[in-house]
Amino acid sequence: MKTETLKHKTQEEVLIEGEHNYATLTDKISDIVLEQKPPRQWFIVFGFAFFGLTCLMVAAGWLFIIGVGIWGVNIPVGWGFAIINFVWWIGIGHAGTLISAILLLMRQRWRNSINRLAETMTLFAVMCAGMFPILHLGRPWIFYWLIPYPNALGVWPQFRSPLVWDVFAVTTYLTVSLLFWYVGLIPDLATLRDKAKSKLGQVLSGIFALGWRGAASHWHRYESAYLLLAGLSTPLVVSVHSVVSLDFAVSIIPGWHTTIFPPYFVAGAIYSGFAMVLTLVIPIRKWWHLEDLVTMRHLEWMARIMLATGLIVFYGYLVEAFYGFYSGNPYEWFMIKNRALGPYSNIYWALILCNGIMPQFLWIKSVRNSIAWLFFLSLVVNTGMWLERFVIVITSLHRDYMPSSWGMYTPTIWDWLTWIGTFGFFLTGMVLFVRFLPTIPIAEIKHLFHSMKHEKPKEVEVKV
Amino acid sequence: MRKDPTRPPHYGMIAQFSEAEDLMNAAKKAREFGYEKVEAYTPYALEGLVDVLNNRDDRVPWVVFWCGIIGAALGFLMQCWISIVDFPMNVGGRPNFSWPSFIPITFECGILSAAFGAVIGMLVMNGLPLPHHPLFAAPNFESATRDKFFLCIESSDSKYDRNETRRFLEGLGAETVSEVNW
Repeated sequence: MKTETLKHKTQEEVLIEGEHNYATLTDKISDIVLEQKPPRQWFIVFGFAFFGLTCLMVAAGWLFIIGVGIWGVNIPVGWGFAIINFVWWIGIGHAGTLISAILLLMRQRWRNSINRLAETMTLFAVMCAGMFPILHLGRPWIFYWLIPYPNALGVWPQFRSPLVWDVFAVTTYLTVSLLFWYVGLIPDLATLRDKAKSKLGQVLSGIFALGWRGAASHWHRYESAYLLLAGLSTPLVVSVHSVVSLDFAVSIIPGWHTTIFPPYFVAGAIYSGFAMVLTLVIPIRKWWHLEDLVTMRHLEWMARIMLATGLIVFYGYLVEAFYGFYSGNPYEWFMIKNRALGPYSNIYWALILCNGIMPQFLWIKSVRNSIAWLFFLSLVVNTGMWLERFVIVITSLHRDYMPSSWGMYTPTIWDWLTWIGTFGFFLTGMVLFVRFLPTIPIAEIKHLFHSMKHEKPKEVEVKV
Repeated sequence: MRKDPTRPPHYGMIAQFSEAEDLMNAAKKAREFGYEKVEAYTPYALEGLVDVLNNRDDRVPWVVFWCGIIGAALGFLMQCWISIVDFPMNVGGRPNFSWPSFIPITFECGILSAAFGAVIGMLVMNGLPLPHHPLFAAPNFESATRDKFFLCIESSDSKYDRNETRRFLEGLGAETVSEVNW
């Protein structure tokens, strides 16, 4: 056996496939917005999405007229679909910032192809999340009472309550995500302004490009601001989902009052977020022929992160069960048994199947490299995470300390319509984004292309 | 725009390059030659270019730092004032100054103001938003956001001379050199 030194690029480094230069990269991405007609599938998805949005309008309108009585929530289960969906959507929203910010800080160059899409997903997912607690308030039109402002009544919010922390965490998260997303867009908007042929396109992108002209000193300040925003968003992501988990953990309900919640919720958020990115990016790269930029390698890396976070989440389930047993607290132990064997046991076992067992297929390389498998597993994981929120919220509330106050929870048609409605809202937003703004950051892809072109091929030792 | 008699007749002289290395090289030469008011325009962030041009400005991180500190402090003081002075609520006899429960909101306030500091600070220092700039009328300048690289020597430079600067830029291997009007 001898060792040979070969000069070639390892497969890992090929992040842009095909023959490209700066001009073709720019055109490929900007033409989706400026030149091409959207594919037929776009119109179909838009139709579905718009139908969903209409459902949301109807469901929310009826809620405003009648009140939260139209939902299935009642005592003992006072937190139903609204909070399940809130936690679920906000979890989905987390992968966007995570992909963008943490991978940027770690100088992971593969983020460039998917970060814009993931950030946009974050924005719409957080908006969907934010709707639920507001609709759940009972009198949603006075939601601003949660914000500390000097009102005529002299009443202030209670800052010791995690529900008020939520208001701050979620609004900060939405605002910072929006800023991060918009700052990332500025150079691309300038590209659109310079390439647009229609008057409307020129004027609109011109306004939002803020007069960007790519000066070296501007780029320098821009990069440092962008990096700092990434640095700020990273602890922000962790804090937001930790605060969300504290809504539960600060209470004394069996099954909620556990210290594993903040890390376990954050891992779950990343897990479902990556699943949603896969769900969205697989059709988009196919319909707009972006396989050069979003390569199989990108998909495989996302699958690996999904596998890793999935294992953390699964560990969380095991710890919860162990905690119930080891705490010696009869209510905790009853809660665990009730989860696994009680009236909602089928949902619990479906959760274990979706989140614990199915993702283990990702250990297999051929599964990670199969589009069909990845798409299927991403849907499974999204479902699994929703079931997890259901199990946490419902099974703990419906049977707590006193058997005399036990009950069941059944969602009504309005619960379902509201949930489907937010899907419609989310998809409508995504569909319009893909049509009207560059899905992949043009300037960053060119930067990546530049650095790939100029780096020396690595010397790889190969044993022959 | 009103005519200013002291203002030079042109904004500057701009040279176009198609490779990043040529631009880097040209920028270095221009600085070595003694031009002060030089700016480069690139379709993506080119590392080291500000250092070559000597345009480096590291104030953004400080703005972000102080915005974050001030925002967090204001958030904390707001909660203390409300919970202790203006609207004390006795919940099970717990102290009014329960600072650990104020930390999450303090943190969020700090992040929020730091983020605004980063974006607004960056834009203000860059002189953006700017509705119009003479360079937008320069020939082929729209490809500065696509695939071309530009170097502009501004007429406010003390060494600026129409003919000499043009010849200098042409000598650097520029694809085209053109004068930019106001």
